[in-house]
Amino acid sequence: MRAVSRPVRLGFGAFIAGGLIVALALAFFVSPSASGEPDGLNKVAIDKGFADTENDHALDDAPTAGYEVRGVDDDRLSTGVAGVVGVTITFAVAGGVLLLVRRTRGATPTQGLPH
Amino acid sequence: MHIPDGFIDGTTSAGAAVVAAGGLGASLRRAGEVLDERRVPLAGLVAAFVFAVQMLNFPVASGTSGHLLGGALAAVLVGPAVGAVCVSVVLAVQALLFADGGLSALGLNVLNMALLTAFGGYAVFVVVRHLLPRTSSSVVVASGVAAAVSVVISAMAFTAEYAIGGTGTAAVSTVAGAMVGVHMLIGIGEGVITGLVVGAVVATRPDLVWGARGLAFRSPATGSVAERVAA
Repeated sequence: MRAVSRPVRLGFGAFIAGGLIVALALAFFVSPSASGEPDGLNKVAIDKGFADTENDHALDDAPTAGYEVRGVDDDRLSTGVAGVVGVTITFAVAGGVLLLVRRTRGATPTQGLPH
Repeated sequence: MHIPDGFIDGTTSAGAAVVAAGGLGASLRRAGEVLDERRVPLAGLVAAFVFAVQMLNFPVASGTSGHLLGGALAAVLVGPAVGAVCVSVVLAVQALLFADGGLSALGLNVLNMALLTAFGGYAVFVVVRHLLPRTSSSVVVASGVAAAVSVVISAMAFTAEYAIGGTGTAAVSTVAGAMVGVHMLIGIGEGVITGLVVGAVVATRPDLVWGARGLAFRSPATGSVAERVAA
């Protein structure tokens, strides 16, 4: 059995907090600089002539539609804030859903969590 | 890769929604069995991180960008069932809050970008990992390969859906070639990013990486070497 000699440095809470800070920073600071070119599927749709089969999204009038927050005029800030909102809500919803299924469907006993 | 409303006809979209609901339901049941309650924040973090990184479109070719799908990454970090749930939540938030990915296409998108990438990607990960030595580096390499392949799987799934119910007039073979070609390029980006992220987590908390469970690691609390046998 091979032992990994690399020491572990972070506690669980610190790991989660650090990870969230990284995610929020990417969403707020980096996402406004992301490429605005069409993604692979949209490019194929344009090149192969079926982009015009796209219908308008029913929620195009949502306050955060298109990763832009209505009322925030600065484009970079608008995208960054939308990203922060998305990261926060995604964390809460995913955590909530999984906590719920764990509590209602969980069958195996809780195992020890490394500190 | 988010399919908007209209690309695929209603019947095919509805069929995909039924399949996706079944797959997501099975993933939720499995998640309830395997997820330690105290690791729920880790799964939430994985979902949040995938959301953030999906915003980071990188250029891949002239006039084309790609972004991480994250299904393979999530599967390696928290297991395929929990990972599929995480990415499904990301897709639902994107469609409902940010008008990204059609509402009628949500089933298609969950199928292509959450279920197929998580379970397909994890299957590739397991195969590649078993071909390599049992080291943390192998986990990183296998993650990258799995992630790259998962993007092509997802592109092929779209092509199949287009063949069944595409509303465009382009020939299926034309769409297939273009989709697979561009997503092989995007897959390289997906593989590199996934390898970097898994490498960072393995270097910090290898005990939290589902796909590294067979490796020995040093306990942070005691400094002693704990060993787990791969399931």
